Parts: sequence; structure tokens; C-alpha cells
Amino acid sequence: MSALLKLTGVETYIGRYHILQGVDFEVPEGQTTMLLGRNGAGKTTTLRTIMGLWEAKSGSISLAGEPIEKLSTPDIAQRGVGYVPESMAVFSDLTVKENLVLAARNGPLDDAQLAWIFGFFPALKKFWLSRAGSLSGGQKQMLSIARAIVEPRKLLLIDEPTKGLAPAIVMSLIECLKEIKRRGATILLVEQNFHAARELGDQVLVMDNGTIVHRGEMAALAADVPLQERLLGLSLEAHQ
Amino acid sequence: MSEIVATDALPKPKRDIAPLLLPLVLALLMIPLVGSPSSWVTLTVASLAMGMMIFIMASGLTLVFGLMDVLNFGHGAFIAVGAYVATLVLLPLASWAQADSLLINLAVLVPAALLSMGVTGALGLVVERVLVLPVYGQHLKQILMTTGGLIVAEQTLYALFGPQIIPMPLPAALRGSFILGDVAISKYRLLALLIGLVIFVAIELVLNRTKIGLLIRAGVENREMVEALGYRIRRLFLGVFMTGSALAGLGGVMWGLYREQVHASIGDELTVLVFIVVIIGGLGSITGCFIGAILVAMVANYGGFLVPKLALVSNILLMVAVLMWRPRGLYAVTSR
Amino acid sequence: MMILSGDPPRSRALSILLVVILLALLATPFVFPGAKALNVAAKICIFAALVASYDLLLGYTGSVSFAHTMFYGIGSYAIAIALYGLGPSWTSVAVAVVAGLPLALLLALAIGLFSLRVEAIFFAMITLAVASAFLVLASQLSWLTGGEDGRSFQLPELLRPGTVFIGKEWFGFPINGRILTYYLVLSACALMVLALLRVVNSPFGRVLQAIRENRFRAEALGYRTVFHLTYANCIAAMVAACAGMLNALWLRYAGPDTSLAFSIMLDILLMVVIGGMGTIYGAVIGAAIFILAQNYLQALMSIASTAASEAGLPLLPGLLHPDRWLLWLGLLFIASVYFFPTGVVGRLRGKPAAKH
Ligand SMILES: Nc1ncnc2c1ncn2[C@@H]1O[C@H](COP(=O)(O)OP(=O)(O)OP(=O)(O)O)[C@@H](O)[C@H]1O
Ligand SMILES: [Mg+2]
Repeated sequence: MSALLKLTGVETYIGRYHILQGVDFEVPEGQTTMLLGRNGAGKTTTLRTIMGLWEAKSGSISLAGEPIEKLSTPDIAQRGVGYVPESMAVFSDLTVKENLVLAARNGPLDDAQLAWIFGFFPALKKFWLSRAGSLSGGQKQMLSIARAIVEPRKLLLIDEPTKGLAPAIVMSLIECLKEIKRRGATILLVEQNFHAARELGDQVLVMDNGTIVHRGEMAALAADVPLQERLLGLSLEAHQ
Repeated sequence: MSEIVATDALPKPKRDIAPLLLPLVLALLMIPLVGSPSSWVTLTVASLAMGMMIFIMASGLTLVFGLMDVLNFGHGAFIAVGAYVATLVLLPLASWAQADSLLINLAVLVPAALLSMGVTGALGLVVERVLVLPVYGQHLKQILMTTGGLIVAEQTLYALFGPQIIPMPLPAALRGSFILGDVAISKYRLLALLIGLVIFVAIELVLNRTKIGLLIRAGVENREMVEALGYRIRRLFLGVFMTGSALAGLGGVMWGLYREQVHASIGDELTVLVFIVVIIGGLGSITGCFIGAILVAMVANYGGFLVPKLALVSNILLMVAVLMWRPRGLYAVTSR
Repeated sequence: MMILSGDPPRSRALSILLVVILLALLATPFVFPGAKALNVAAKICIFAALVASYDLLLGYTGSVSFAHTMFYGIGSYAIAIALYGLGPSWTSVAVAVVAGLPLALLLALAIGLFSLRVEAIFFAMITLAVASAFLVLASQLSWLTGGEDGRSFQLPELLRPGTVFIGKEWFGFPINGRILTYYLVLSACALMVLALLRVVNSPFGRVLQAIRENRFRAEALGYRTVFHLTYANCIAAMVAACAGMLNALWLRYAGPDTSLAFSIMLDILLMVVIGGMGTIYGAVIGAAIFILAQNYLQALMSIASTAASEAGLPLLPGLLHPDRWLLWLGLLFIASVYFFPTGVVGRLRGKPAAKH
């Protein structure tokens, strides 16, 4: 299995703080890779660095074999990376439709793709012409994900999509992500919810203090409870 | 794409209309204070006309700030340059401007305005590249650099055009007033009002109906996400900066004609007004800027009529009052 | 090192420069006799203190205020109005201090608290608006301030040039009230600069720097940033007002052009940037360089301008005219923000450029 995304020795500073201290991992094509870790471990920083929103001081990031660590954010996006940030970052002053129109960079919205999206996010159809700012948190999350998949992307970076959502919505979100997976998408997914991680992940990475401390198959980690406890602490157990 | 029908729209969020009513209420409150109805009409039209001119000057500044967090303290320079450049056309062709035919007047006025906008737009390009881009993201340096730019622009104007006041007479066809009963409405003010409205509507249309407009609105709210969607926001910003500079130039021409004279200090004088407008309106909001401009002009005109000595101070009071009510301005757009 | 509050210049060249400036200022009345040199020296002293107080805001809290001249003006006008209205006595001076300082303090407090209620980004714009309103106010309340003409007044007996302490026979010129005034100005300004050095090196000053680096983090660490910023504003305003008082005493005059004009604000900004922000010492260096240049370079410009016009060059005579001094200043300003963001002091100390 070839790696679509590869990070080697990535170091990121935010101001004077040394946040990523040499991050190495690969995201195999066509699979979902989970990025787990405690609060403040550096997961969001990793995604932002890949996206070019923070500058990587050293190390290299390659997408489909080409280096991208020196590219600007728009260039990285145009190479086919979709990003769903932790804050969702929907444009609240714009309508749902306008949010998606902007996300569809290559022209008008595609009906078939929209129908597919509405299939698992009916709320977006319902509120098509409402201001995104008036959506509920879960609906905003759906919109944010919809923006990333409204056109086919090589790689999706998704940051904690289940954060703060009700269990029922988490379930439907998991279904949706599985559906996206089935279409052959490659996903790097940050998740605190171990249940969701187990459902979705093929591969797993665990981060702590700005480095990767574990990498392997999700199934293996899911089966090895002592290892989970050692890596992630008990807080994640509670989610099971 | 087929039109998708919203099956069940959310209850429409209440439109925030309180700020929209503010100028109206203020104008009505002034009727008894001003006393004579004809003075009131004159003052109100004057306020609206002046408000439109200030709006034209301020609109670019508010978008530039909203979009890129750039504080341009040199915005006033574009106003001054715009006014001076227009004199380059208007003075040599003074005989056309004073001819007794609206067409001939316009034949000199329109090119003058277009030239001013062209020059200030180009100047905007230079300023953005030389003064703003190198210190992008650093407020302190931005303020210092653009303040420096303002000084340089102003002094260059002095050096090129001399320190004296340059007269800039109104074209013949725009002099005088329409008389309705005992109310006189100056033609030029009416024209200014019209131009301001047209520009306001045009900006609103662009912002709401075009993809570029959507990008600007989205960028004002969250520019990182616009970039993460694959758009080069810097280029967009440059476009907005140049447009804003050109509009400031147009505003300068209109202001020069309104005062019928030009002086390099026009930039300083209007910078303060424009800042107050942008603050009152809420950084990044065109609607807020529009209302703010009218409010500032009303306070200046009614205030100037009722308590002449306190014209500028009354603007400060207005600003304080508005910010006490809404600390982020009438319409806060940015989430930053 | 007590007197420097444990914050020495940290560079041999800088120390030498500072000592030279100080010695020159101390010796001016004896070494460079003549009214012009004394005026320049007094102005350097006053601006060193004024700029140092501005540095407390700009360099240590990172907030850009355009209202600093307002406080300077309040000080100037307090002295002028009191001495003009109540006559040239020490009581009048005391009245000016007792009325002027609290007024400056109150205004600083009001601006500070108001600005803190609104977005931080508004601060520069609000101060600009308030300062311009104050300027208009000062020139319109002519019954009080003398309007555009300002107020000239008499100094108390002791400070007048006519009061001679030591006759001509000793130094070839008399030691009179004027020279006493000069040393009064010099020592008061030196005290203020040292006091500011103490402030920025106190725990309070370190909190200010933490706020400048990352306001969010400072707040998270439990500092009440609101309180600290307002406090810094008040200190800066008081020092500026004191500098304004000395300025009025020295000039025996206060008017819009000498104490409130926007161009003074620009001068202050330039001096801070040239000298080096966030160092206090930079204020002394910046003031010295700038005021010397202002007083002696303009003459050079005038010569160059005449030469250019005699040579029949286009445009240049206009650009080099001494009145266009500000043009070159503006260019210098942009260049120094761009190329020497750490100013002379930063250069001499050879530290890596600060990021903010
Ligand atoms: N803008 C910033 N300025 C300073 N420090 C930051 C900034 N953003 C993140 N950090 C720091 O970087 C570290 C890693 O943060 P990051 O957001 O990557 O963690 P995370 O793994 O995503 O955590 P969480 O699970 O809470 O989202 C944290 O210590 C955080 O305090
Ligand atoms: Mg995170």
C-alpha cells in the first residue's frame, strides 16, 4: 500500500513554543488513519502544519510523492486536500448554499454529489438558504464536512468531528464518514472518541508531546486494552 | 444545477434593524430642535450628501480591515491625491467646466474622476506592495508604515502642487439649487447623494451576488478557511485594496468639488472622520459603514447648526455613545 | 547599577553614546554658549522624557496611541494658563501642577477604560480621534487658551534671564535664571527617564511585556491585563504632562504648534522607532539624534535646495526645500521601521530582531 501523505521529522513552532518535535508518519492511500492523543498533544497543530497554516520549521511533508511543506495553503488545497478544522469554521454570514458554492472551487455544484451529500445530511437540504450561523452545532459540523467533500478530494484532514455532539448525531456522523470511506477517500482523522476511532480507523497513530508515540493497525490497538491504557489513559475508556 | 427548494427554512433570524433606524430617529428628533422645516430639509439633505461622500471614502478602509486585518493609517492620502489629480484635468479645462451645458461639463468631470480613480487605484497597488505586504500581520508596524506613507504622500503633494489652496470650482450646471416651495436643495448635493447610493448598491450587489463578493464576505469572517478552501486571498485582498483606494480617490474629488477647493491637509482632516465612521459601523461591515457615515454627517451638520463650536467634538461623543451601546460597532462582522 | 534599576545599556558603544549625550547636555551652557544651542539641548531633554514615556506604551505594551501629545499639551497649557492668569509666581506653578496632573490622569483613565471596553484594535483610531478633537477644542476655547496664538507668559523671578547669579567676569557670560531653568529641565527629565527605567524593570514592567508578547496567555496566567494596561497609560500620561510643563516653562509659551500638533506626535513616533522601541534608552538616543538633525540638517537642506535651483534642476529644489523636511522624515521613518525595527539601541546591542 503506497503512502499518499508522508511526514518526516516535522517540527513546528508557534511563536516561541516548540510544539511539534519531529513528527514522522504515513497515511496510506484509500485508508482511514486515526490520529489520537491527549489534549494538547499537538494533533490540531499537525493538521494545520500539513495544511500550511503553520509553517514547518524543519522536516518534510509530501503528498503523492511531491513535497508540499513549502507551499502556501491555497496551493496545498488545490492539490486536493480538504480540511475540516476543529472549530468547523463555517462562514456564518453566508447561507448553507453559499458555503458550498465557495467550497466547489471548480465550478457549479454537481447535482449528483449534492444528492449524495443530502442523503446523509438531510438537514443541509432543509436549511439550504438559511444563514450558516443559525445552524446547530451538529449541523455546522455536517456543513463543514460537506464543504470538504463537495468535490472529490485526494485527502481529507478532519479534526475532531464528533466534539460536543449528542450520541445520536455521533452515530450518524460515523455512518457518513464510513460512506465517504467506501467511496475510496483517504482520510486523516483526529478523534478523541475511541468508539468512533475503532469503528472508522484502519491505521492508528498516537501522539504525545508533539511526537508520534505509537503507530499500527487500529484493530490491533482496539484488541489490546493494556496498550490503550498505557497510551491514552483512562479518559478514553470512558467513551467505550 | 437545479434549484434546490428549502423544504423548511429556519424561522428567519430577526434582522438587526435597530442601527438602521438610528439615522431616521436622529433626523426626526431634530425637527423640533432645528425649528424651521426648510432649514431642517436643507440640513438633512446636506447630511445625506456629506454622509455619502464619507461613505465612499470609508468603504474601502472597512473592507481592507475586515478582510486582512490591515489598519491603513494612510487611507487619507488617497483622498488627497484623488482631489489633486482631478485638478490636473479640471483647471486646464476650466472653460469646459464653466460652459453652460451639462454635457460639456460632464465631458470634463467624468474623465477627471476616472483619472483620479485610476491614479489612486495604481497608488493603492504600490502602497499595498511596498508598505502593507512587508509587515503583513504586524499591526504595530502596519500603523507605523502607513502613517509614514501618509506623511510622504502629503509632503509630495505640497512639493508638487505648492502649499497654497487650489480652487476647484463646481461646473456651471451643478451650481445652484432646485427650489421646492421655500426649500432649496443644492444640485451638487443631490448628485453626491445619487452617486453614493449607486456605489452603495453596487458594493452590496457585488458582495451578495458574485463569487468574488462571497469570497470577500467569507474572508472577512475567516480568511484562513478561505485559504484552506484553495483561494489565494492575498490576490483578492490586493483587488479590494486597489478598489478601496480608487473609491477614496473618487471621494476626494467629490469632497474637493463640495468644498470648491483642495489642500493637502484634506487627507488629515478626513482621516479622522473616516476612522470614526469605520469604528462606529463595525470593522468590515459595509452596511455599518453606510449608516455610520450618515450618522457622522448628521451630527456634523445638525451639530454645526445648533452648537457650531462643537462640530468635531460631537463626533467623538457620537463614537463614545455608539461604542457604549455596541462595543464592536453597529454591525460587528469579524469573528476575530 | 541601582540608579539604572539593574538594566544597564548592555553594550559598550551604547554606554559611551549615552555618557557622551549626558555630558554634552550637562556642559552645553558652558561649552556651546548661545541661545540656539541651549534651546536645542533643552528640547532634547524634554523630548527624551516625553519619548521615554511613549516608549512605555509603544515598546512595552505594544499599543499605539496618538493621544500622547494631548497629555503633553495638557501639561504645557496648565503652566501657561496658570502663569498667565495668576501671574508669574511659584504658587501659579504649583496650581498648574495640582490642576494639570490630575486632569491628565483622569483623561488617561477615561481613554484607557473606554478603550478597554471596546476592541483593542480600536485603540489607535480612538486616540487619534480624541487627540484631534482636543486640538480643535484647544484652538477654539481662545478665552482660555489663547486660540491659535497660544499664551505667552512671564516666569517667576528666579527663572528669568534678568536674574543674574554670577556675573560675566567668571565664564565670559552671566549665570542667570535661564541657565538655572535649563538645569531644572535637565534634572527633572533625567529623573523621569530613570523613573521610567525603574518602572519597566519592576515586576509590573515584566507583566506588561508578557501582555505584549501574548495578551491571551498573560490573561490565562491570571494577570489582569485591563488593570495593567490602564495603569501603564496613566503613568505615561503623567510623565508626558510633566514634560509638557517643562516645555512651557522653557519656552515661556504654550500654543497648538508647540505642544499639541499632530506633527509632534509624528516626531515622537519617529524618535521611538529610530532610538529603539522597548528599551527606554532608545528614547534618549532617538531624541538626541532627531532633534540635532531637525535643527542642523534643515540648514543643509536649504543650501542643497538653493544649489539645485541654481543648477536649474527640475523638482529637486521643491523636494529639498527646508519646508519639505517632513517628506524626508517620512521616508526615513518608513525605512527605519522596515530596515531597523530595533532602532539604534537594538543595533548596538546586536540582539536578533524582535518579532513584534
Ligand atoms: N495559537 C497558539 N498559540 C500558542 N500556543 C498554541 C497555539 N495553538 C496551540 N498551542 C499549543 O500547542 C499545543 C498543541 O496544541 P494542539 O491544538 O495541537 O493540541 P491538540 O492535540 O489538538 O489538543 P486538543 O485535543 O485539545 O484539540 C498546546 O500545548 C497548545 O497550548
Ligand atoms: Mg485539537
